[in-house]
Amino acid sequence: MLEVNKENFETEVKNYTEKPVFVDFWGDKCEVCKQLMPDVHKLEEKYGDKIKFCSLNTSSNRRLAIGERVLGLPTMIMYKNGEKAEVLTPDKISSIADVEEMVKKFI
Amino acid sequence: MPKIYDILIIGGGPAGLSAGLYASRSRLSVLVIEKGKFGGQATTTAELENYPGSIENCTGPALTERMKKQAEDFGTEFVKDEVQSVDFSGDIKVVNCLRETYQGKAVIIATGANPKPGGFKNEQNLRGKGVSYCAVCDADFFEGLDVAVVGGGDSAITEAIYLTKFAETVTVIHRRDALRAVKSLQEKAFKNPKIKFIWNSTVEEAKGDEILESLVLKNKITGELSELPVNGVFVFVGLIPITEVFEGKVTLDDKGYIPTDEEMRTNVPGVFAAGDVRVKTLRQVITASADGAIAATAAEKYINEKFNK
Repeated sequence: MLEVNKENFETEVKNYTEKPVFVDFWGDKCEVCKQLMPDVHKLEEKYGDKIKFCSLNTSSNRRLAIGERVLGLPTMIMYKNGEKAEVLTPDKISSIADVEEMVKKFI
Repeated sequence: MPKIYDILIIGGGPAGLSAGLYASRSRLSVLVIEKGKFGGQATTTAELENYPGSIENCTGPALTERMKKQAEDFGTEFVKDEVQSVDFSGDIKVVNCLRETYQGKAVIIATGANPKPGGFKNEQNLRGKGVSYCAVCDADFFEGLDVAVVGGGDSAITEAIYLTKFAETVTVIHRRDALRAVKSLQEKAFKNPKIKFIWNSTVEEAKGDEILESLVLKNKITGELSELPVNGVFVFVGLIPITEVFEGKVTLDDKGYIPTDEEMRTNVPGVFAAGDVRVKTLRQVITASADGAIAATAAEKYINEKFNK
């Protein structure tokens, strides 16, 4: 999974148009995020040809996250042509199945 | 034929992990089914200063990680799956999950509880955008900013103190004129210059377009409304048990908690409950762990009497 940050977010997410971009917003202290991560990697193996998978560590990119209106973890956002197409806030993620369901809408 | 486990444990928090540890140490075959996060709610707390022996740097995640490892070392199996329905009517209990169906001679329900919403307008819309129920997860975002905490119990005050490491100010909003939290926490909070209190008040509304900008508060005595500008609000006003899937399968009380006897037995033979999901007076890691140990022991006794005659 491509690690995005303040340096490459514009290029890899906002200005990327080839396919939808999924961004997993996580943080150093978010246990739920860390436990979800291996399963998100599996989603990339499954759907990676149709969707670009990225992760963003909000602990080291706080301003960028807040700029994207992310103030709670875990948050998963699907971007299409640089625009937010769907946002999963923490309350919408009880297991990886919720994430997969959202991802599947974009394949 | 799918494997029939001795014990299926639903939920991988402290209750489930302790039950797993005790049962597998008795050489029973045990599967812990967890949908989201092993460690449960304990993973959302940074300081577990009241768990005996956890003196220094004992965070919720660190403690529960060790519990899991310990259970694993004794042979407990773990799976990530989500329960869809259960059939407890036969001698062999069936748990239907998203990925697979599991069978066991006994079941321990240790699904725990979720934080209860504060019940104010716009709360749902601003979740993850300033409204939070997990200080450990989200405190980072509020470095140098102003936040509020709703509640006056142990959780609210513990997390308010934790939040002062990040936020510029932490305003505790409580519906009464005194805290419910234990005295030592109260003393710490009153001494902390970053913590302010707004008494006898409830949150009516969260305001903000895409992210939280302010809270509308109502003074319960005067009825007066006021607005408090904050960047974040952390809500700790109680719990909701996670028992939807067990409705009609085991007896629940009017709040959805599962009543048990002292051996953690529910009204269904072979089905036990442990931890926060149970009707009890104190919901803590230590009482959840104790429940898990008792449930595992009682389940072992049940299995021996029922199946090994």
